[in-house]
Amino acid sequence: MPRGNEIIAALNETLDRSITVMHICGTHEASISRSGLRSVLPSGLKIVMGPGCPVCITPQGEIDATLDLVDKGCIIATYGDLLRVPGSRGSIESCGGDVRVVQGIHKAVEIAEKTDKEVVFISVGFETTAPTVAATIVLEPPENFSILSCHRLVPPAMKWLLEQGEAKLDGFLLPGHVCVVDGYEGYEAFPVPQVVAGFEPEDILLALLMIVRQVKDGRHEVENAYPRAVCREGNVTAKELMYRVFEPCDVEWRGFPVIPDSGLKLRPEYARYDAQKKFDLEIRHVDKHSACICDRVLRGIASPTDCKLFGKVCTPRKPVGPCMVSHEGACKIWHLYQRER
Amino acid sequence: MCIAVPAEVLEIKEGNIGVVDYGDLQQEVRLDLVDVRVGEFVLVHVGFAIQKLSREEALQTREIFRQVYAAMEE
Repeated sequence: MPRGNEIIAALNETLDRSITVMHICGTHEASISRSGLRSVLPSGLKIVMGPGCPVCITPQGEIDATLDLVDKGCIIATYGDLLRVPGSRGSIESCGGDVRVVQGIHKAVEIAEKTDKEVVFISVGFETTAPTVAATIVLEPPENFSILSCHRLVPPAMKWLLEQGEAKLDGFLLPGHVCVVDGYEGYEAFPVPQVVAGFEPEDILLALLMIVRQVKDGRHEVENAYPRAVCREGNVTAKELMYRVFEPCDVEWRGFPVIPDSGLKLRPEYARYDAQKKFDLEIRHVDKHSACICDRVLRGIASPTDCKLFGKVCTPRKPVGPCMVSHEGACKIWHLYQRER
Repeated sequence: MCIAVPAEVLEIKEGNIGVVDYGDLQQEVRLDLVDVRVGEFVLVHVGFAIQKLSREEALQTREIFRQVYAAMEE
């Protein structure tokens, strides 16, 4: 692989106009900020964040539904990242319920096997994570186990962003680990330069160079800068399992309206594991009332430092919005590394 | 959230469970989503192997992770 400074030199030579590239992955933002990548890029090349953090795009209504499950006496199992996301009446961490942080869904099932109580796994995540849930559901966990499916699919959100045009995007860094599972065939329909990117700074620089070259040549295609893990068709076994257990559904994303076919719900044959049905939960739309601009950050039209609350009222200890909560949230990452651009 | 770490498969147990080695840490992970043999490398996400990797590339990535974690602890 070429070294970072060689790629930067090539970027400087190739870039012939000002462009904006969006990534859709919290792990990309973490790598970019940690390495200070933005400070070494040519000034005409801007990287913005998109809706790439599953915790951040989980709308408040789904956090509130989790708190409803606590009221019903359920044991809640989920990833640690979700605990501090503010709901309408506190967070999952502060609700006083029996909340267990687990590595993955299989550990939540182990909890259910040892208790008579109802155990609900709050199932967030993109295409990377959903197959792990599907692989567990097909093994038919005990009857006292269910999931609240908060899964989201990346391509429908990209389609929405492109149609909407608000962020004026010239290209996309595609999320490497989403593509490990999903491949990149599904992205080929989008008329914009796209490159699948890995997670080391050199991986990201290489992908940026490939996008800049496409822009210069007037091409738009999907290229792969992460071939050590990603192939065009992805992990076929994982995809098949995912669609055997789940089907797409229309859902809201935080900061976005309802996006068609962008969520995953359990198919009727697995409905007994659907916590929303089992506990008759209503996912309510919640309007935002604070000055928090997480919604604009997630759509790529604002940076964390544009927010009046950033680092003052809103900090990782006392987050106001979800982007300050998750390790993959843009605000938390910028707060950690204090990057200005 | 979509973080995934390369690991070497040391042992395969009954029920699609594998013992993998991340370098300094060994752990049981689920192998439902991949078809692997002992000695091969996988990418692990939330306790599941989600894809196979070539040995050389996995070792290279693992070294980079090690450097990142060392930097974070400073």
